[in-house]
Amino acid sequence: MFLEMFIDLRRRGVPASLTELLTFHEALSLGLVNDLDSLYSVARATLVKSESHYDSFDQTFAQVFRGIETPIEVHDALRDWLKNPKAFAGLSPEAIQQLTGLTMEELRKRFEEMLKEQKERHDGGSRYIGTGGRSPFGSGGYHPSGVRVGGGGGRSAVQVAEDRRYRNYRTDVALEVRQFKVALKGLRKLAREGEEELDLDDTIDETCKNAGDIELMFRQARKNNVRLLLLMDAGGSMAPYAQLVSRLFTAAHESSHFKEFEYFYFHNCIYGTVYKDIYNRDRVPTERLIAKYPPETKVILVGDACMAPWELTAAGGAIYYYENNRTPGIEWLARIRSHFTHRVWLNPEPVNYWNHPTIRAIAQVFPMFPLTVDGLEEAIRKLKVKR
Amino acid sequence: MTNPDFERFHGTPSYIADESLQADVNAAAALRRPLLVKGEPGTGKTLLAHAVAEGLGMPLLTWHIKSTSKATEGLYTYDVVQRLNDSRFGGGDTADIRSYIKDGVLGQAFRSDDEVVVLIDEIDKADLEFPNDLLRELDEMAFHIYEVDETVRAVHRPIVIITSNAEKELPDAFLRRCVFHYITFPEPELMERIVRVHYPDLDRKLLKATLDRFYEVRDVNGLRKKPSTSELIDWIYVLTRSGVSPKEVQRALPFMGTLVKQEQDQDTLQRGGARPGRGWR
Repeated sequence: MFLEMFIDLRRRGVPASLTELLTFHEALSLGLVNDLDSLYSVARATLVKSESHYDSFDQTFAQVFRGIETPIEVHDALRDWLKNPKAFAGLSPEAIQQLTGLTMEELRKRFEEMLKEQKERHDGGSRYIGTGGRSPFGSGGYHPSGVRVGGGGGRSAVQVAEDRRYRNYRTDVALEVRQFKVALKGLRKLAREGEEELDLDDTIDETCKNAGDIELMFRQARKNNVRLLLLMDAGGSMAPYAQLVSRLFTAAHESSHFKEFEYFYFHNCIYGTVYKDIYNRDRVPTERLIAKYPPETKVILVGDACMAPWELTAAGGAIYYYENNRTPGIEWLARIRSHFTHRVWLNPEPVNYWNHPTIRAIAQVFPMFPLTVDGLEEAIRKLKVKR
Repeated sequence: MTNPDFERFHGTPSYIADESLQADVNAAAALRRPLLVKGEPGTGKTLLAHAVAEGLGMPLLTWHIKSTSKATEGLYTYDVVQRLNDSRFGGGDTADIRSYIKDGVLGQAFRSDDEVVVLIDEIDKADLEFPNDLLRELDEMAFHIYEVDETVRAVHRPIVIITSNAEKELPDAFLRRCVFHYITFPEPELMERIVRVHYPDLDRKLLKATLDRFYEVRDVNGLRKKPSTSELIDWIYVLTRSGVSPKEVQRALPFMGTLVKQEQDQDTLQRGGARPGRGWR
């Protein structure tokens, strides 16, 4: 059973190794585990080394130690229907009528929609998935034909695991400024060009050569040698992601370790001009941008890459009248690609929406990654190597 | 299979630890592996080491990591510059290399005749390679002093507690050798107990009002830095000293500055939180 847990953890992408499995077995043989609660705690402490994997651990634990299906995952969440609805005092007959009127198909659709909307644990209320409340989804609540997700009541270890309290710590969803910063720290290339500092080893060598008379040697401190250029889509379709992009921007802006950091805005696609501000007042010709920054500058483009096909491929296709572009957008993108040797595109749209003609076209020009912590890390790894 | 010996740490009167944290501390102590503690700033990671030392009645040795810290500093330092200086200008016994070798925190812990708790605080502040340089030393609890060709081996394997704020990723090889615990933010019930430890005589109504307000503030959308336990404790201190009534706490947010420290966050709070926007489909 423990092996099953270990294998399932690895299947979920938790990098648990044999060393850790052995540590876990050592803990078992030391008598540290005497009930399900301590098993939960000890197994997690020895096998899982990052809070971003706590959620996967919870799923595994719930699955292995109760034989239940993994809760709240779209493919198997619709598993258990509420069987015995109790009368709920607070509901009017009309409301009950309304609730029972939903068919299975509608429920499934709404359930999936809500999973997309819902980000946090939720209790009560009549809309989101959680415990209590009158939503058709969740557990321990009231809905005559609702979807029950996971168990409820009590606080056994399996139930704690079922709660999936650590969902918010997953790194495959977009998170805070700080995490972006940590990811951006990967973009470091140290070169000796800073202030002078005492070089102890050299000092000792030289002092020895100097027959013991102290000879102080200095060398230059190491400094980051990376230029970063951030090009952000500020078009209308990006509005829902404004907060997310601003977090990335803040992270890049506050990261003091770049030799040079510059940012520009564009709308939907890059044409002949980019802008220093989102109000399009401060224009910079794209050509000058290409001329000014050396090819080894790291370029991060951020945009949903979602537009009408002609905006990308036709001359004069820009939907903004002031653009009046004679060169199609895709051509400008190709010019940027051929000038800069290190460039990636970050897309805030969820990956499963990427089957859009212009997204596919742009993904062929630039390596495209989702704007999540994991995606950014991958993008940074890509930025470190040429092309 | 139950071994009561291992259930040694239960928190202290001034440090409330939830059950899973207690279990993990005891597991790490029994396995004699370093316990790596992560968590939001201000959730008591560093205090945990103090509490473990106090709870188990062991002395505590702390090693605060800085960005310039080197792994060997924790083992021993060989003061070359002093020796050079002495040889040039006289003073000290330059013939005896041992008088220029000083034990670091881990060195002291290994040599100690009693069991000790070692706190390696904020390991992520150091260089990326720092944890790798300590792998063997933490694994075998021994290190070698090359200058005098001597191996220092731990008399008792110390209980090592390592804290990290996740500013840098720690290497996998290092993680494999640790026991890991992530301190989650306390639920209101646990928080009430924690506050009670600090302010046993706090007025019940005021406590409830402050806790309600506190969790409200944490829930506000768009805060860059959510207030944490230590900020709550400070806030309550100010509130009690100034004699603000529970009603005022409910109505306004007096002394907001102790809770929320970024200018943008204070703006956000005054506007009643950033709008969630339509960013999450």
